[in-house]
Amino acid sequence: MTGANSFQVSGYGPERAGWTRVFARDSVARRMDWPILLAAGALSLLGTLLVYSATRNRTELNQGDPYFFLFRHLLNTGIGLALMVAIVWIGHRALRTAVPLLYGASLFLILLVLTPLGSTINGAHSWIKLPGGFSLQPSEFVKLTIILGMAMLLATRVDAGDKQYPDHRTVLQALGLAVVPMLIVMLMPDLGSVMVMVVIVLGVLLASGASNRWVFGLIGTGTAGALAVWQLGILDDYQINRFAAFANPELDPAGVGYNTNQARIAIGSGGLTGSGLFHGSQTTGQFVPEQQTDFVFTVAGEELGFVGAGLIIVLLGVILWRACRIARDTPDLYGTIVAAGVVAWFAFQAFENIGMTLGIMPVTGLPLPFVSYGGSSMFSVWMAVGLLQSITVQRPMSA
Amino acid sequence: MTNIPETGRNPRVQIRLVVIQVLVLSLLGTLGGRLWYLQIREGDAYAKEASGNHVQQVVQPAVRGSILDARGVALADNETRLVVSASRTDLLKMRDDGKAVLTKLAGVLGMKPQDVMEKVRLCDAQTPQPCWNGSPYQPIPITDEATAKQALQIRERSEEFPGITAEPEAVRRYAAPGQANTAQVLGYLSPVTDDEIQQAQDTDSPYLRSDQVGRSGLERQYDKALRGKAGVTRYEVDNLGRVIGEAESDAAQPGDNLVTSIDARVQRIAEYELNEAMKAARKEFDRNTGTTYKADSGAVVVMEAKTGRVVAMASNPTYDPNAWVGGISAADYRKLTGKNSNYPLLNRAIQGQAAPGSIFKVVSTSAAVEAGYDFDGGYDCSSSYSVGGQVFKNFESANYGSINLGRALEVSCDTVFYRLAHEEWKKDGGMSGKNAKDYFYKAAHQFGLGKETGIDLPNEVTGRVPDRQWKQDYWEANKDAWCKTGKKDGSYVEKIAYENCVEGNKMRAGDAINYSIGQGDTLVTPIQMATIYSAISNGGTLYTPSVGKAVISADGKSVDEIAPQSHGKLPISRETRDKMDAALAGVATNGTAAWRFQGWPQDQIPMHAKTGTAEVYGKQTTSWFATYTKDYSIVMTISQGGTGSGASGPAVRNIYDALYGVSDDGDIDPKKALLPTPQKTLPKVKTDGTIAAPKISDDPVKDQQATDEDEYAPIDGQEQGATVGNQDTGNRQTRRRRRGGCPGDRRRRTRRMLT
Repeated sequence: MTGANSFQVSGYGPERAGWTRVFARDSVARRMDWPILLAAGALSLLGTLLVYSATRNRTELNQGDPYFFLFRHLLNTGIGLALMVAIVWIGHRALRTAVPLLYGASLFLILLVLTPLGSTINGAHSWIKLPGGFSLQPSEFVKLTIILGMAMLLATRVDAGDKQYPDHRTVLQALGLAVVPMLIVMLMPDLGSVMVMVVIVLGVLLASGASNRWVFGLIGTGTAGALAVWQLGILDDYQINRFAAFANPELDPAGVGYNTNQARIAIGSGGLTGSGLFHGSQTTGQFVPEQQTDFVFTVAGEELGFVGAGLIIVLLGVILWRACRIARDTPDLYGTIVAAGVVAWFAFQAFENIGMTLGIMPVTGLPLPFVSYGGSSMFSVWMAVGLLQSITVQRPMSA
Repeated sequence: MTNIPETGRNPRVQIRLVVIQVLVLSLLGTLGGRLWYLQIREGDAYAKEASGNHVQQVVQPAVRGSILDARGVALADNETRLVVSASRTDLLKMRDDGKAVLTKLAGVLGMKPQDVMEKVRLCDAQTPQPCWNGSPYQPIPITDEATAKQALQIRERSEEFPGITAEPEAVRRYAAPGQANTAQVLGYLSPVTDDEIQQAQDTDSPYLRSDQVGRSGLERQYDKALRGKAGVTRYEVDNLGRVIGEAESDAAQPGDNLVTSIDARVQRIAEYELNEAMKAARKEFDRNTGTTYKADSGAVVVMEAKTGRVVAMASNPTYDPNAWVGGISAADYRKLTGKNSNYPLLNRAIQGQAAPGSIFKVVSTSAAVEAGYDFDGGYDCSSSYSVGGQVFKNFESANYGSINLGRALEVSCDTVFYRLAHEEWKKDGGMSGKNAKDYFYKAAHQFGLGKETGIDLPNEVTGRVPDRQWKQDYWEANKDAWCKTGKKDGSYVEKIAYENCVEGNKMRAGDAINYSIGQGDTLVTPIQMATIYSAISNGGTLYTPSVGKAVISADGKSVDEIAPQSHGKLPISRETRDKMDAALAGVATNGTAAWRFQGWPQDQIPMHAKTGTAEVYGKQTTSWFATYTKDYSIVMTISQGGTGSGASGPAVRNIYDALYGVSDDGDIDPKKALLPTPQKTLPKVKTDGTIAAPKISDDPVKDQQATDEDEYAPIDGQEQGATVGNQDTGNRQTRRRRRGGCPGDRRRRTRRMLT
């Protein structure tokens, strides 16, 4: 895929021809993974409704316009789609050359967060306020660049046929590439994102075929690192409290345990079919904080019940299942690693997000992919979908 | 395609990819399982929790029903007070949690800001009183004694007092119409306790935290009917307590009104006369103890003889039931329940018990007839009766020779009954008492003694019939103590204990003899005796005494009349009844009570009476006076008050005078009669809740006395010299005259013979 023919777009005919070409045999559209696209689209639209339900009464947030978040979410989805198309257009292989640039840019952005330009939301200093009421969360994009950067380093020699597996030197380089932004994100502190990145690194290493020693070493280091963080008191009080509330759900239901407690009540009260969209008392009464972002799953649980909330899990399952297939079917290690990295990212982030609303994971500030309100998250997950599509599209046709 | 992957993909990566896929699926499976657990398995519990989360109740208390006298005069009703309340939810919306507003409010109400803040804080484990233990969504009352001016200030400047309301609210009032206090009969209210809320939670009449509950008397007995049903509005609220919708709303149902058979005027007179009689008794000298009578407590019951309905019931000492309204103060509570209080909360008409003395002889007479003795036979009324060296004196009367049972009642001859009881005791096998018929004890039970009458007032006591079973039970409970302290040759007390230890479980001859004249271990309550004398009056039916006459809904539409109920018949034939009736009339005309009924129009209103003076070991004698006409029976008792006719006689006579409008010389003035026949009709409650009640004078006692004064002015003048002194009004002098209005020699004679 190249952008060469874009210069020929003039008048009626060629455009039409381009349109037909999109759906022709062996065309991009035909080769795209539609289940992923449809599932991601469905999740985004469902998310729009849920975000609307959660915010239509929150006058202090929606500036008096009940549809404020609905339109924003749709807009974000649209931009996300466009970003996906752009990445398919460029192609993940072509991006390979741009990785150093992207990596450098994302590093620059997260460093920018640490400067006075950054702002704090919910205890995490991980945002850059943009004019026009927009804000950027660069750590979302770092997840992408870590996947791309590590994949580039680990796969280059293998794909070239030099080696069967990445050697230690390469693995060390790749880890170094990941650790630098992770340390910066930890300083924000955005612990949730760091956890996701650790899992991404683990997934990437697994898929790269790096020796078992590295895999187990990483798991060991991760555990030791978590303990060290705990022991050294790097965590803020609110983070310790979240873990305490997780370990003991009865703890202080009006204070630190309030969030999880109310979230569980909201989801539990939904029953099989829920109270109906816009009819959840927990949602209408705004008992669950951060309901349009991190706790959006509770809206589904309460208003759509087991059926609706289950559908979200199933749709995520479709995306992850297809992504796993893509990782396995891709002939080149670079594509495999990228796809596996995306799987690790989506799987862990979805599990952590839904898990914390269900009370089986501690509370961290992670959005639910596609569903939660938030531009940066929406853009990055759609870009990841773009990577998956690109891998599928560029795969040699089998049979 | 070819079997080898294009890039020579190695199996390690493939295996690991499968591992990743399995891991991912198991994570999703975990989420699904947990979701199923929360929503399907535990869903109902969470749904309940969610509804508790977002629904808050606001309670509008129901107006408590009034307690009315037989003619509709309110004995207990509600008055409107200006209550200033603060809405906590409104206060919390302010930046300083309403501190500034409350401080300003304290200024208007003349209270300390600190006190006001404490009133609106919520109670919890760490917060001591004062604090609010109701729902935080309920307006919290700060004072119920706001003046109209204060209320106006708050209302006119409502923008300065956001969240503060000044509304009129209903508060219980015991109005004491015509100064009829009726304290122990009405009872009182106090706030509901946590335990009661818990217990009543799942019943059809659950309590609200703000409820007041009847604690004694009619307020307690008829609490459910009087209470009504509070209105509850359920609001849906959001997480900040802001109301986002009204879920459901039940309007408050005001409580029913209770119509009693009490007549406030008669009640006032009964209370006044009881108190006056006790005051008079305290001036009388008691030869036995060498001091004046203590007259520490007393009671009087006026009952409709044909229905058992209570027209008046007074207990002394008494108190002002308004002390309980709005929460009783610690000082008042001590005053009412402390050791030195003499327990004014007790209703001695149903909770005071004492040996009946000679008013018990109607029971003994019936028992004797039942045992086969001829009512009209001749029985020796000797001056004393001795059994086994023990001499039982005839306290009552002189030696009247051989007399019949009727005459024995009239002159209250003890020895006649001693003899009969002793004879029966011997027939029953003496102490061993095998196959004993025990006519005298059986009769007491048949007359309803030894158990509650079943009056519609709580905590009635049973009294006691000291029969063989009781003796056995009592001995078993006390023998250890008796046998420990008892000495054969010790002091009087020690000797008694010794005897009790040895044979206290046996019915001794002396027990049976003492019992026959109502002395010894027998205990009765005034209400029991009123029931018995009513039964004799009405031909033998023991009516269950009742104060409540009807329950009428607040709008007057539903009238639930409480019909008189009987709980037995006297074990006497019509003939015996008639003979006893004649004998008791004789008591009033030429027996022990005759001097108290001088000038009574016996032809128009046949009066029947029996006097009683009970001895209590270590105390002064208990005065009993039991009387009846064809419509009423009145029983009065004064503990440590002296003789039956001496202490209680004038008071009972005065009550009858008021009922029938009788003056001292026997004239009947129908206009002055308060209640010549029992009140039959019920007062009307109109649909708007108002009650048609006759006007009642400020003090019916004064009306009665005024009448007397007019009629007896000349006599009054004659005797003034003797009785003046600390008396300040003519009215009272009249009273004094009538109280002491019998010839002195007669008084002395009466005091000699215990009645």
